[in-house]
Amino acid sequence: MSSTPLDTKGEPVFYLQEDHHPENSTLLGFWIYLMSDCLIFAMLFATYAVLGRSYAAGPAPADLFDLTLVAINTAMLLFSSITYGFAMLAMEKNNKKATLGWLAITGIFGLAFLFLELYEFHHLILEGAGPDRSAFLSSFFTLVGTHGLHVTFGCIWLVTLMVQVSLHGLIPENRRRLMCLSMFWHFLDVVWIGVFSLVYLIGVVG
Amino acid sequence: MTTHITHHEDAHQAHHGHSDGHDAGHGSMKSYMTGFILSVILTAVPFWLVMGDVFSSKAVTVALIMVFAAIQIVVHMVYFLHMNSRSEGGWTLLALIFTFVILVIALSGSLWVMHHLNINMMPVSPDMMRNAP
Amino acid sequence: MFSHLDTKSLIFGRLDLGAFPIHEPILVATFIAVALGGIAVVGALTYFRLWGYLWKEWFTSVDHKKIGIMYIVLAIIMLLRGFADALMMRTQQAIAFNGNEGIFPPHHYDQIFTAHGVIMIFFMAMPFVTGLMNFVVPLQIGARDVSFPFLNNFSFWMTAAGAALIMISLFVGEFARTGWLAYPPLSGADYSPGVGVDYYIWGLQVAGVGTTLSGINLIATIVKMRAPGMTMMKMPIFTWTSFCTNILIVASFPILTATLALLSLDRYVGTHFFTNDLGGNPMMYVNLIWIWGHPEVYILILPAFGIFSEIVATFCGKRLFGYASMVYATCVIMILSYLVWLHHFFTMGSGASVNAFFGITTMIISIPTGAKIFNWLFTMYRGRIRFEVPMLWTIGFMVTFVIGGMTGVMLAVPPADFVLHNSLFLIAHFHNVIIGGVVFGVLAGFNYWFPKAFGFRLDAFWGKMSFWFWLVGFYFAFMPLYVLGLMGVTRRVSQFEDPSLQIWFIIAAFGAFLIALGIASFIIQLIVSFMKREELRDLTGDPWNGRTLEWSTSSPPPDYNFAFTPVIHDHDSWYDMKRRGYTRPLEGFRPIHMPKNTGTGVILAGLSVALGFGLIWYMWWLAALSLVAIIVVSIVHTFNYKRDFYIPADEVVATEAERTQLLTRKA
Repeated sequence: MSSTPLDTKGEPVFYLQEDHHPENSTLLGFWIYLMSDCLIFAMLFATYAVLGRSYAAGPAPADLFDLTLVAINTAMLLFSSITYGFAMLAMEKNNKKATLGWLAITGIFGLAFLFLELYEFHHLILEGAGPDRSAFLSSFFTLVGTHGLHVTFGCIWLVTLMVQVSLHGLIPENRRRLMCLSMFWHFLDVVWIGVFSLVYLIGVVG
Repeated sequence: MTTHITHHEDAHQAHHGHSDGHDAGHGSMKSYMTGFILSVILTAVPFWLVMGDVFSSKAVTVALIMVFAAIQIVVHMVYFLHMNSRSEGGWTLLALIFTFVILVIALSGSLWVMHHLNINMMPVSPDMMRNAP
Repeated sequence: MFSHLDTKSLIFGRLDLGAFPIHEPILVATFIAVALGGIAVVGALTYFRLWGYLWKEWFTSVDHKKIGIMYIVLAIIMLLRGFADALMMRTQQAIAFNGNEGIFPPHHYDQIFTAHGVIMIFFMAMPFVTGLMNFVVPLQIGARDVSFPFLNNFSFWMTAAGAALIMISLFVGEFARTGWLAYPPLSGADYSPGVGVDYYIWGLQVAGVGTTLSGINLIATIVKMRAPGMTMMKMPIFTWTSFCTNILIVASFPILTATLALLSLDRYVGTHFFTNDLGGNPMMYVNLIWIWGHPEVYILILPAFGIFSEIVATFCGKRLFGYASMVYATCVIMILSYLVWLHHFFTMGSGASVNAFFGITTMIISIPTGAKIFNWLFTMYRGRIRFEVPMLWTIGFMVTFVIGGMTGVMLAVPPADFVLHNSLFLIAHFHNVIIGGVVFGVLAGFNYWFPKAFGFRLDAFWGKMSFWFWLVGFYFAFMPLYVLGLMGVTRRVSQFEDPSLQIWFIIAAFGAFLIALGIASFIIQLIVSFMKREELRDLTGDPWNGRTLEWSTSSPPPDYNFAFTPVIHDHDSWYDMKRRGYTRPLEGFRPIHMPKNTGTGVILAGLSVALGFGLIWYMWWLAALSLVAIIVVSIVHTFNYKRDFYIPADEVVATEAERTQLLTRKA
């Protein structure tokens, strides 16, 4: 075997004298987690795709969805994405204050998104179009609600991280956590693209 | 650009045949802004297509919405999630592709299977469904 | 459910005294036996003051070896529970003829077969396989632990928490009566209003979290923590199959989670995914759950293939024949396993085109599997075969699994499946592959790696007894079911009209009795080996003349696995090291960086049990409280930044000196 590394005496090397530090796995591990989460959403999308037209003589998307509201909601999420990006840029410049500031703004956009979504749900349920009305509405509420739950979880995580950054500063552990949340946040954005395109827009088109 | 996350950036990279560090992680101001502007456009256009009733054909509108969604997902992946073939030694991209394949199989498979089932089990048109008791 | 709000239902939800099965003599007797056993164990632990030791050294441990062992202990306990169910079913079916109702009323019998399936798949096979992967993979790739040691501990406890919920259902309330996959509409709120299906759902959801996280953990470990020089194509074959298995876990358990979540929404919120009315479609559940269900089958069998590959190479003293083809076959199976799910419901009515597609993909999957069988045969060919216990299991597997595979191909033919669907032929088929493949595999692996884990070999005599009882018992128990299936007898039936069938059921019951002797021999084997441990001691760390890295360290391995990180040149790296004159380093030891133990995993899992219990019994306060507690505990956990420590160099020196002494004693 020509590729075998040899030591000074020409013997093959079978172990390392010095410490071996494998690379940190957190980002890869978190990415794999996101992929598994992506499949949960895939199943909810599949369910919506199969059952989304079973209105059971109830309301259809065109009767229910207010696209202006959805557009505002989408804007909230998009803004929160870019502000999270700014937080990451500030983190790279080691600017703790700016990082925290941008994170706070991101959180506010996230909460605004959640507020609008809850308003929409509330409105639909009052109209008698709750999740128990038809298979279409069941799958709609579940898909959009699961996304909303993820955003809620993201907001809790965001606040936790802000506390940790203000306590310990931008230490390597906190940077790594901020990067994980960044992936999580942008991932939710990607899922939302699917939601507004397939559920709201195509739903209204019919 | 290695950003350090691991406390040990040391000479050990040499023995490690299997990865060249993570390029993932960060974009620049420019890439974030590019991504943002592109995604604003890619979001606004489909909303406009539907809200402004631009095309009379449903099929065209639906197809365009899907195309825009697909492009926007790629934009987000590249500019916000910083996907590329080098990050984590290519493993993140590989994982993404694998997930995408499974997603396509499960989604299209379910639609295909359930569609055939519906056809074979009970011939119901959407209109009949809508008027069903 | 809020119609009559009173204090009792606010506190206890729908739990009342009627939930305790005091009128079922069998359950009462079981409960008394379990309670006495439990008291004896708790008493013994307290008497010998072992609680502190268990808590510090095991429950809170983040060491992958200990976690692996705990998984296997859980699997063996659940094997006993699941097998007790099997014995009861065989007894019932052997006697319930000619108007005799047997020992169980139908509603009880239905719970037994459901519990048997759920327990054997989720809480016996899965933990056994996960335990072996956890124990072996880091050792095989020359790592000191997994990528996320705390997560590993948490995953284990979540699996155990799921098992605990299922066990609670035995004595508080009831279990599902729906079969192991709980098809709606039977499992919906209308037809199963009781707590059985809720136990099923929350037991699996809690355990599913653990399974998914452990999958992520092992993938990251295999990708990131391999010793220098170990490229993907130099990984031991068991590591390869584990890698593919964990990819399957991560890419399929979310599907189960989503599907069960939809079912629980139907039951709790009144949605209409799988109901008969308002647009729901129960067939969508069947479709979704099998998109998870088929990869699950390969999640169980791929690691077994890896185990057999390691064993064949070791006990034939040869390199594995066709290493690369083995890797490719594994990867192909991994992908194909996502393209065959409809063969579980050919009869649902999707029509000829769909059935033809899935029938063909199913038959294609037998090609890479067949290639593997030939690889093992060619490895044995001209090998110097040592018929030790692990090798016996391997040969038993090769014969049995091929039969199971062939009946599988029969079932893959849609027209044949229309006849055989839901019959005992199907039951015989999947037991044939799961017992012949997975159970034989994990028992082979157990015998093979036991000396590595505990420092002494298992007694060969009782190991052989166990093997022969299992093998012969398997054929007695399941060949009659093939016959009955061909005669059209359907599964899940508790009483029969036709007396001519009885003889076959009696033979099957006899087979189950032989398997019981096999399990008894296994337990005797453990006890006898423990008594004879000095005699069976493994001083070298390499009792079988192994070929992969785990055999290069001591048995049991030190906490840090390897004092120096090995450098790899070949996929049979330990064999390569032995062949080229590797000498064990005796000096130059350094302090070793290791993760610290933590109790958070146990606490979170305990809270999950409470959450599940609250949801099952509609004790909303308990559910809300445990959910909040779970979130708070998780957040508090992230505030702890000091998660590691160094094993001082002195301690490493001492441990290694001890090993040197053992090696000289051997010489």
